[in-house]
Amino acid sequence: MNSNTAYEKVKIARSNKRPTSVDYIDNLLTDFIELHGDRRFADDGAIVGGVARLDGKPITVIGIEKGRNTKERMQHSFGSPNPEGYRKALRLMKQAEKFHRPVLCLVDTSGAYCGIGAEERGQGQAIAENLMEMMTLKTPAISIVIGEGGSGGALALSVSDRVWMMENAIYSVISPEGCASILWKDSAKAADAAANLQLTAQDSLTNGLIEKIIPEEKIGEEEFYASLKQQLIDEFSVLCEMDTTELLEQRYQRFRKIGSTEL
Amino acid sequence: MAAFLKFLFQSRNELESGGRNSLPVQEDASEPEKVCPNCHKSIPLSRLWANENTCSCGYHFRMSALQRIAYIADEDSFSEMFSDVTTQDPINFPGYQKKLELTRISSKEDEAVICGTVRIGGVKCCIFIMEQYFMMGSMGTAVGERITRTFEYACEHRLPVVGYTVSGGARMQEGLFSLMQMAKTSGAVKRHSDLGLFYLVILTDPTTGGVTASFAMEGDVILAEPGATVGFAGARVIEQTTRKTLPKGFQTAEFLLDHGFVDAIAPRTIQKDMIASLLKLHTEGEEDEQ
Repeated sequence: MNSNTAYEKVKIARSNKRPTSVDYIDNLLTDFIELHGDRRFADDGAIVGGVARLDGKPITVIGIEKGRNTKERMQHSFGSPNPEGYRKALRLMKQAEKFHRPVLCLVDTSGAYCGIGAEERGQGQAIAENLMEMMTLKTPAISIVIGEGGSGGALALSVSDRVWMMENAIYSVISPEGCASILWKDSAKAADAAANLQLTAQDSLTNGLIEKIIPEEKIGEEEFYASLKQQLIDEFSVLCEMDTTELLEQRYQRFRKIGSTEL
Repeated sequence: MAAFLKFLFQSRNELESGGRNSLPVQEDASEPEKVCPNCHKSIPLSRLWANENTCSCGYHFRMSALQRIAYIADEDSFSEMFSDVTTQDPINFPGYQKKLELTRISSKEDEAVICGTVRIGGVKCCIFIMEQYFMMGSMGTAVGERITRTFEYACEHRLPVVGYTVSGGARMQEGLFSLMQMAKTSGAVKRHSDLGLFYLVILTDPTTGGVTASFAMEGDVILAEPGATVGFAGARVIEQTTRKTLPKGFQTAEFLLDHGFVDAIAPRTIQKDMIASLLKLHTEGEEDEQ
């Protein structure tokens, strides 16, 4: 893939014209009730989560929300969660496990929040705990990268049974700008970095790191949501049929095989 | 009178004064020295090495994985595992192969972590020690795979795991494959934990990024070396993004202790004893099975 194509996708993935998590929640689910707070420190606006129904059945939904206008973006910390956001997400996942409902995660972040308070409250620890706990969460989970899948901050909601990406979403270990400035001391080489990092949905699928790409021709339209909704209903019904031990073994192996030379 | 008594009881040679308290140090005028960044004194290398790379002022110099094994392992007890696991350059990143080749020559290591089994204070355990001299201990697929296998081996043989972390984070030259190692290693830690087995982390300078956000923060007990930098985001990045002055001692081991993310500070002088005690406290009843 040439540099333009990859970096073009980065720009599309970041565009503020794209639907955000709340749009998906409104259009895919019914009876959504937002649940706030991590019960430890605060409520992080960067994560919007709660209970709802998918095709009439209870589901827990957790989305990283960037906000749709300046005011909203401020409220949602531009979609960069603080530790309390990840802890709220984990609380809602544990709640889903208790009440045997599946979990849908919507991922859209340039990365976990970068700040003094975030470090003081253990950003690394919060993400690490989510990775561990999601791996053995006794209920099915699907994550969809709807825009930016920025590094550890995105992975903290993506240790799921299925990971899907929007056609123009990106998923990367580092931003192309960060990569270019560290490796080549030149953030202007971001387009080259984007191409080399293999961060597009197509790259991720080819590399065997995700299960599915959701086409975007009709993004935001009724048809788009109807199709995505049906795919979620179908996939969750497959996952919900599975025995928990088998589900967890498959989830473990899903990640275990990545970068393994022998298995 | 006092002077006379002092004369009477003064030690006449090294043995009377209690012997040397460190390994024999041959003072040699031509011996290379290192200046301590904390107290600015010059320390002969032999003295530095005899004190586990620490200065008498308490400053901890960085050290290689092999140096750590030398002071932490019971004699001849370390046996390396999974050293054949190397990276496959999963996304054919430009310049990466060359960089690996050069790093292998300069560091004399194949990857940024050494794993194996060891005895510490007589207790058998699995150990992984990250290597800062190999691409700043960054985690790619080989590091993730070696650490995962170490935990899986420990599960199979019901052994505790001791892990020394030092890392700049995920290795960006391996793209999303390296990010996924955070999930993979965390899964292995979780399985080990769910079997009721003990995992001890020692955070060393510096431990940052994706390693902090995965297995470095997942220990049952987390120790940190004095003054070690430990954090998720880089301090400079935080300063540039927030345009705020960082508080004094930000992201040091002591800062993490204050904020409740580290159990204790472990100076190298007493580190092995601390580790051995913790291992013993957590393996009683397991010994027979080893």
